Amino acid sequence: MSTESGPVPKSGVAEDVQQGPRVAVSALVTNLREYGLILALIAIMVFFQYTTSGTLFKPVNLSNLVQQNSFIIVMALGMLLVIVSGHIDLSVGSVAGFIGALAAMMMVIWPLGPFSNPLVVSIICLIVGGAIGAAQGYWIAYHRIPSFIVTLAGMLIFRGICQALLGGGSSVGPLPAGFKALSSGFIPDVIGSLTLIPPVVNAAGKTIVGSGLTLHMTTIVLGLIAVVAYAYFGLRARRSRERHGYEAEPFSLFVVKTLVTSALALFLVYQFATYRGLPIVLVVMGVLIALFVFVTKRMTVGRRIYAMGGNAKAAQLSGIKTERLTLMVFINMGVLSALGGLIIAARLGQAVPAAGLGSELDVIAAVFIGGASAMGGVGQVVGAVVGGFIMGVMNNGMSIMGVNVDWQQVVKGLVLLGAVVFDVYNKNKA
Amino acid sequence: MASTILEMRDITKTFPGVKALSNVNLSVEEGEIHAVVGENGAGKSTLMKVLSGVYPAGTYDGEIVYRGDECQFKGIHDSERRGIVIIHQELALVPMLSIAENIFLGNEHASYGIIDWNANETRTSALLKKVGLKEDPKTLITNIGVGKQQLVEIAKALSKEVQLLILDEPTASLSEKDSQALLDLLLEFKRQGITSILISHKLNEINRVADKVTIIRDGRTIETLAKKDISEDRIITSMVGRSLDDRYPSREPDIGEVVLQVKNWSVYHPIHAERQVIKGIDIDVRKGEVVGIAGLMGAGRTEFAMSLFGRSYGRHITGEVLLKGKPIDVSSVSKAVEHGIAYVTEDRKTYGLNLIDHIKHNITLANLPGVSRHSVIDDMRELAVANDYKAKTNIRSSSVYQMTGNLSGGNQQKVVLSKWLFANPEVLILDEPTRGIDVGAKYEIYTIIARLASEGKAIIVISSEMPELLGITDRIYVMNEGRIVGEMAASDASQEKIMRAIVRGEGKAS
Repeated sequence: MSTESGPVPKSGVAEDVQQGPRVAVSALVTNLREYGLILALIAIMVFFQYTTSGTLFKPVNLSNLVQQNSFIIVMALGMLLVIVSGHIDLSVGSVAGFIGALAAMMMVIWPLGPFSNPLVVSIICLIVGGAIGAAQGYWIAYHRIPSFIVTLAGMLIFRGICQALLGGGSSVGPLPAGFKALSSGFIPDVIGSLTLIPPVVNAAGKTIVGSGLTLHMTTIVLGLIAVVAYAYFGLRARRSRERHGYEAEPFSLFVVKTLVTSALALFLVYQFATYRGLPIVLVVMGVLIALFVFVTKRMTVGRRIYAMGGNAKAAQLSGIKTERLTLMVFINMGVLSALGGLIIAARLGQAVPAAGLGSELDVIAAVFIGGASAMGGVGQVVGAVVGGFIMGVMNNGMSIMGVNVDWQQVVKGLVLLGAVVFDVYNKNKA
Repeated sequence: MASTILEMRDITKTFPGVKALSNVNLSVEEGEIHAVVGENGAGKSTLMKVLSGVYPAGTYDGEIVYRGDECQFKGIHDSERRGIVIIHQELALVPMLSIAENIFLGNEHASYGIIDWNANETRTSALLKKVGLKEDPKTLITNIGVGKQQLVEIAKALSKEVQLLILDEPTASLSEKDSQALLDLLLEFKRQGITSILISHKLNEINRVADKVTIIRDGRTIETLAKKDISEDRIITSMVGRSLDDRYPSREPDIGEVVLQVKNWSVYHPIHAERQVIKGIDIDVRKGEVVGIAGLMGAGRTEFAMSLFGRSYGRHITGEVLLKGKPIDVSSVSKAVEHGIAYVTEDRKTYGLNLIDHIKHNITLANLPGVSRHSVIDDMRELAVANDYKAKTNIRSSSVYQMTGNLSGGNQQKVVLSKWLFANPEVLILDEPTRGIDVGAKYEIYTIIARLASEGKAIIVISSEMPELLGITDRIYVMNEGRIVGEMAASDASQEKIMRAIVRGEGKAS
């Protein structure tokens, strides 16, 4: 006996295939947020490229931009998971500052012998960061103290410890060159450079800096490998969907998307290659971004974090250990805050009491500009990264333009508000 | 004959892509109780939102004539000024405010912004007397039960000098007793000349109080029946567009050995530690058997099921659980799931679904290892699983990528069921599996239950609807005040027998 009271679609499969183009348009519309964000970043870059008369895309400036903002993006990766799981972490700036101070004390002041080696210190610092995350996450996960309060306390505590470690207002440095390479170093050119235009040699026999054109070939090769891998995996995933009959996006759209992304990536790689190659911190960041995209999109733990943020009770009743998962999210945040702190210290070449001060707000802003919901359960890694870059490019561009720091904050605030308003408006329309 | 108080003519309301209402007509006479019935998603709530101005004039076509004037309500304030008050399904009370504060919220007796609490509380007491609620006006909403909260909502409506009261499924979350009291109140209002529109799924209630019934299906008015023509069969036929000869699918039970056995199960209240909620329960379920647990609201049925399912409720839990004769550890949800126990919650929105995620992700959530290898999810396998269960349980949606928050109650329930079916349990505990869903979807859920039993699952159904238990189970336990007070084969059970067991049990318990 049938109980249907209306026409029932047989299943989504056949329909999706038949209505290819229509579905593609609707896919485009539903992904407007994601595309819109990337388009906004490109628009902002083009705008500043114009207003800074081409300084923004200069290889030197690109390297600076990455080095200045990498710690925000690294911490935003952790913050995304925190916010998706329905929490917040206000302590990341203070933890970063504290870890920077700890690293400096270990490497410069305390007589630790072989343990003052930058690598050993970095590993210890990451572990300490994880322990800090665990300490905060413990109260949040197992005692249900609101994360806002726990991490607000953490923000005060670790800023205080940071300042106390450094002995009041003084800074500790200089840090060893090997450590500073984390932020200001470039990957070695193992292949060797390629000189396209030899540098101009002046009458005194010295080469003029910035003249000529030499390519950092390792960078070029790495860039090409990355682009080919990107296209290959994109195509393979597409094939697999096609084989199962679930492909909704027309091939032309896929090609255009891949080409535009690849061209953009190759352009940036080329710019880096004409200078000193890829900054080490960019490689670290890239690996972390890829890892977090994979974890959130493909791994069960990522799926569980989204489910927990969407409805913690339902997740728990589905067999997800929400307490342990929350703890893990905060441990991860602690480790990434520590890495952020190391990057800041390495860039400054010393530990200062104000390192990372206020950066928690930049990190949180990046995640929200990237489309995460303050209610939890919604947000993408790529969004948070693009959000971080939008903030970074604006900082950088406005600084070059000579915009007063006070007004830079006003503009950043407006962009944050605008992005979220746009998001809410879009959702209500849907 | 009484005059017509409200006439809605040719109401058409479109949302982007969907026509929710097309040329709906509703005519309500002064002083009657007019029931509006229809399947979930038929357009009842939309119609009431049009009437009360939630959807302002201009966003729909058609006209509303109230007491002879054509009305153009711009918002809920306009309709309330004319004495039209709507009480929504989800109660709109502020939990941490008192009854008096809630009743006069936004409408306080005040001069220059300074509230006259004495006046508020005196008036509240008078209103509470009218609705038959014996509570101090200063009591916080959070400290009174749902039934009483419903009465507070009605008192609030009375405070606005209501002439036309609209109730959207008022008894959906009430116990039998509270429901009866509420219906009596409606009849009392009728004597006082207040007109009511009652939206309900419960046909026995409509039978009892309604003077007229308007049936809506797929956004159209099907017919309006006068009191003498009202019969359940007639209403069901109009609601689903065909007759439902049999409201429960027939099945041939094939019952095997005992699968789950619970011995001497006791649970204490999570907050009031001295209160024992479950008092030494013994039950068993066999392979291929559907066992019902009957009882009134507050009998402890949900608490029992949830405490059994990974200690999700209560503390100081003692007792033994045996699966096929062997004791098992069910101290966490994941352990219970591993042992093949699944619990489908009575409150799918709060405990069952991630409403901001789509069907596919919800279905696989309880068994992610089933679609992944080395903790990496296989997208294609997941999609195939989701489509498979969408077809099996007949989930009506454009695709498995639809948000579960946008589905109707019946389809949401099918998603929750699918989630637990994919976890492949041996014992399935279904808590109020058909609450708040329409007749057609109910039948589909019953069919799924029957199929699962024939596949050899052991099934426990907790339900407050006795006909449902009698219709689909093989054996019924009756629970009252945390104890099993009766056990009977469904074949020789009846509503009276169950009620008698409860009443007798009540005497024993105290």
